[in-house]
Amino acid sequence: MNGSPLLQVAGLVKRFGGLAALNEVAFRVEQGQIFSVIGPNGSGKTTLFNVITGVLPPSSGQVEFRGRSVVGLQPHQITELRLARTFQNIRLFPQMSVLENVMVGAHCRTKAGLLASAFQPDWVKRERRETEDKAKRLLSTFGAAFEGRHHDLAGAQPYASRRKIEIARALASEPELLLLDEPCAGMNPVEIAEATGYIHRLRDQGITILLIEHQMSVVMEISDWIVVLDHGVKISEGKPASVSRDEKVIEAYLGRRTGRAPARKRQ
Amino acid sequence: MTLALLGAPFVVGALLGNYWVRVMDMAALYVILALGLNVVVGMAGLLDLGYVAFYAVGAYTMALLSSPQLNLHVSFWVLLPLAGVLAAIAGVALGYPVLRLRSDYLAMVTLAFGEIVRIFLNNLDAPINITNGPMGISGISPPYLLGYSLKRNYEIFGVEVTYTAIFWYLIIVLALGTAFLLSRLRDSRIGWAWGAIREDELAARTSGIDVRRLKLYAFGTGAFFAGFAGCIFAAFQGFVSPESFTLFESIAVLSMVVLGGIGSLPGVAVGAVVLTVLPESLRGLNDLQQALLGHQYVNGTDLRMVIYSVVLLLVIIYRPQGLLGSEQRRRELTAARAES
Repeated sequence: MNGSPLLQVAGLVKRFGGLAALNEVAFRVEQGQIFSVIGPNGSGKTTLFNVITGVLPPSSGQVEFRGRSVVGLQPHQITELRLARTFQNIRLFPQMSVLENVMVGAHCRTKAGLLASAFQPDWVKRERRETEDKAKRLLSTFGAAFEGRHHDLAGAQPYASRRKIEIARALASEPELLLLDEPCAGMNPVEIAEATGYIHRLRDQGITILLIEHQMSVVMEISDWIVVLDHGVKISEGKPASVSRDEKVIEAYLGRRTGRAPARKRQ
Repeated sequence: MTLALLGAPFVVGALLGNYWVRVMDMAALYVILALGLNVVVGMAGLLDLGYVAFYAVGAYTMALLSSPQLNLHVSFWVLLPLAGVLAAIAGVALGYPVLRLRSDYLAMVTLAFGEIVRIFLNNLDAPINITNGPMGISGISPPYLLGYSLKRNYEIFGVEVTYTAIFWYLIIVLALGTAFLLSRLRDSRIGWAWGAIREDELAARTSGIDVRRLKLYAFGTGAFFAGFAGCIFAAFQGFVSPESFTLFESIAVLSMVVLGGIGSLPGVAVGAVVLTVLPESLRGLNDLQQALLGHQYVNGTDLRMVIYSVVLLLVIIYRPQGLLGSEQRRRELTAARAES
């Protein structure tokens, strides 16, 4: 390792009107880490992902990926730099087949242009075959989940499978850093165990993981490092053990709950 | 299949008369148009109501460069690809400013674009007469093959081969070529990317797709085939005028795409044939009225609009996926789509 972090976020601010969804957020993600971002609802986690991936422009601050600034780049350019993501509320291409969804992810790693795709010379046929093989290989990493389903519509797949397809699509772009937005949301304990095992394997393959997750057990179990956001401000960071003991973190989570829950009951 | 396509003009010509061979030619021409529009609307999901403008660009390319109007007589075979390319350039020129627009707004701007092109053609007869305005351009040269005009009737071994039959072969070859290229394109990196943009533009962008570039590709490709079709149309008719390129034509082609099943290539082709042949068969209504009621009350051809609207309404209500669309597609279209 060359000492510089894979992803460095510095002084990041994102304002929506008067509201600062992110306020002077800074952290460094080292290569090979499973790095988690946690925080109560509305603390700015997804906004952070959107700014890093170029979906939203930051109001100010810096995002550096592999030593170069990605602020101002288009999302597809950032993906090309080997930073891929998934979405909290799964965004697949429902009318396309499972296989096609994953093959779309390989778009930025393939070259056939408009005319080449229409006339399909040999190198394009080869490239197409390779793309298909790669997509099938990625789907097979989920065990038997997609056996015989490659040509079914993605939108018709069960929930857990859709999450997997989305991850496979992200992996097809061959990322060095993978941003997962609540990959375990809505899953049962068996599925969660499967998902965390999968995330571990990705890291072992050399893919760095930046994770947003609400299930505390998951976060505490798999994270190497945790950043805690509250109202757009980083209130704590560190190893799981130290973060879970941090007074400010406990306050941010529990303080809210005791403050709000009775009010909701009365309604 | 091949035999049916080869024999069709003779069978139809013998049974129904030459007029219906001409209808077949137009149907095949509309297949090319509808396949082209399907790239924009069906594959990339961009609603284009000005598609006829590119048809006009192709037709006027042929008309201007191969007629007495400017006293130019460039060969059809040169103009055919040129018409496609010029139309594609027009397509990209339209695509560029509307890149950021979606659905309704896109429809409005493309609609206006189609009208602008038509109005231009209508008024470019002064101060310098280029398009001959509403009078149109006539005397367009026919295509020649090995020195033989394709727009003449021949007698080969005692069999009469009409020019409508000759054009049938020309158009059907080009239509099949179009379908072949587009089916390849659809199952390629570019086709998948178009699908991704249609389904979820944000997810497409974060999946590494240069959405702007791919949208321009879609506009350009769709327009290319419209220009192609326009060039054949001009050569076939020997005459073009702005009247042939009204908004109604755009809507007609769009109806073909919707009727057949947005995105499905065979569906779109079937839609084009049905919606060309159906209104034509209404002409028979005139004779029927005359015979039954002794007077012609409604002009059958005027019912074209009614037919299109009724067919569209029925399709949208009962079969939103189109004639050849899948059941899954129907469910997807009926279910309210949650935007987030």
